[in-house]
Amino acid sequence: MAILVGKETRLVVQGITGREGAFHTQQMIEYGTQVVAGMTPGKGGDWVHTVPVFDTVKEAVNATGANTSIIYVPAAFAPDTIMEAADAGIELIVCVTEGIPVLDMVRLRHFLDQTDARLIGPNCPGVISPGTAKVGIMPGHIHKPGPVGLVSRSGTLTYEVVQALTDQGLGQSTAVGIGGDPIIGTNFIDILRLFESDPMTDHVVLIGEIGGSEEERAAQFIATEMSKPVTAFIAGRTAPPGKRMGHAGAIIEGGEGTAQEKIAAFEAVGVKVARQPAEVADLVAQRI
Amino acid sequence: MKLHEYQSKRIFAKYGIPIPEGDVAMSAAEARQIAQRLGGRVVVKSQVLVGGRGKAGGIKLAKDADEAEALADQILGMTIKGLTVDKVLIDQAADIREEIYLGITIDRARRKPVMMASSEGGVEIEEVAKATPEKISKLIIDPATGLMDYQARNLAFDLGMRRASIRQFTIIAKGLYQAFTESDASLAEINPLVVTGDDKLLAVDGKIVLDDNALFRHKDLAELRDVQEEAEAERQARHAGISYVKLDGEIGCMVNGAGLAMATMDIIKLYGAEPANFLDIGGGAKSDKVAAALRIILSDSNVKAVLFNIFGGITRCDEVARGILEALKEVPTDVPMVARLVGTNEEEGRRILAEAQMATAKSLAEAAERAVAMAQTN
Repeated sequence: MAILVGKETRLVVQGITGREGAFHTQQMIEYGTQVVAGMTPGKGGDWVHTVPVFDTVKEAVNATGANTSIIYVPAAFAPDTIMEAADAGIELIVCVTEGIPVLDMVRLRHFLDQTDARLIGPNCPGVISPGTAKVGIMPGHIHKPGPVGLVSRSGTLTYEVVQALTDQGLGQSTAVGIGGDPIIGTNFIDILRLFESDPMTDHVVLIGEIGGSEEERAAQFIATEMSKPVTAFIAGRTAPPGKRMGHAGAIIEGGEGTAQEKIAAFEAVGVKVARQPAEVADLVAQRI
Repeated sequence: MKLHEYQSKRIFAKYGIPIPEGDVAMSAAEARQIAQRLGGRVVVKSQVLVGGRGKAGGIKLAKDADEAEALADQILGMTIKGLTVDKVLIDQAADIREEIYLGITIDRARRKPVMMASSEGGVEIEEVAKATPEKISKLIIDPATGLMDYQARNLAFDLGMRRASIRQFTIIAKGLYQAFTESDASLAEINPLVVTGDDKLLAVDGKIVLDDNALFRHKDLAELRDVQEEAEAERQARHAGISYVKLDGEIGCMVNGAGLAMATMDIIKLYGAEPANFLDIGGGAKSDKVAAALRIILSDSNVKAVLFNIFGGITRCDEVARGILEALKEVPTDVPMVARLVGTNEEEGRRILAEAQMATAKSLAEAAERAVAMAQTN
């Protein structure tokens, strides 16, 4: 497999009986993902499409050997659902839900740090390894298999870059949306490390945005720990300070977290930074 | 969501943090009554949701009720950074010996709450951070245990506080942490926390910013929203579930997705113009939401051209196209527009717009270039 998801993925969909859960389950099955179980408390014994529904994640794991979960549960209930998955031994939890309170994420991260589970998101489009598995809500058809690994804080902006790569014949190993919230389960560095040791990935694209300092930390990591070339794009050069730009985490606070600082951090370590999304594909093409 | 000073301090008081005696006045006469009741010197403080009120002349000291009335009359109706003052807080004046800063926010990198304290209170903490970062003490708080007494004591000693005040400081620090977590705040700060001549501590000014995502479980706090301080367009956007930030440029934009919306703003700048707004209609938007978004964009008189950038996934391009036409029926305009629709049902979307004589573009770069050209000739 590329990274995180692939042929070995056995997926349980938490919140499968909801409108979004059911819709995206169908889409993921059509893409070829092994969706082995669904989970909605009180709906155990039902079926959604061809997928059996269980009352608890533990039952789903015991009955189907699920190792990955995706969460389509409203923000008020999502933290509980994520903990349930981790507690049931799920290795990879992808949370699409937007709007989880920050202090819930503080407690959740604290809990997860004591388990072996990895959380991707929340507030993210998910993970796709083109041609093998899609665990998320991204349009599958714009992707194609290939050597470029992608990691991004954004949703549709990632699709834009993926489309540009695919149009130039540059396929992707895995595309990971890590989410737009201030506190997330997996950060840039975690994914860069996975891409660095993934034999299917030759080049990495990192899509960041204003807010926080994860891009600066990623730049340091690239300088010291990575041999594979990285190309970046940072959204929000024109964003004003002190205003939240849609994503809960996209805010320049106390003069920190500007696009200019992030771009400078990347350029200082030799990472090429595109000026517009489509240019990412041009920069990758020059080096592949 | 930002709370006013008086709202923040009332919350602090519930958690055992001492605040000055005071009340809110909407008129000069009311200000006089409050000042009379309090007796002695009072501070007349404009209640607007921006920093720098003092520098703007929105905070004044009055020696008696007469002067409080006169100052309230001056301050009420004043404009501070674009916001009109419609209420003032009348607080008993404090006997100030020292001014301390004490605040809590989330440390994103450490993923935990961080308490910050500084002996340089009374100025914005960002300025202290720039000029004399060594004067700020930081303390990471374990969310499982909360703030411990010893941590608060350590902070107090860091601040060089006298023994007589330390126990009181511990109670205030713990109260602030509790107020922060129980309100689901993203920022709670006391600035300044005053040490009075007789070693008493008093939260003279305060600020709370609430996590919008947590308001669903704080109905009482959600009701504290001051709708008069909110721009009309922002209020409409909030009701329609649209993320909107007004900017100063001339090209309005409507995009699905926050990252793509920022990238769209940036590309407008790259092609030589300035964006008029950030606007994210979110995923799966139906035509009524698109129509609401377009009305908001067009309500900005600076807008000389509009750019639509839709990458259809869950959002269907034909829905967006219908929404645009629906809005244009209600709000006729001669502002030129260009639409770039790709993804789910893009051909149908483009056909609908072409029939209505609207310009379409294949790529984001082409759309930006055309929008900039339109704005320059309009």
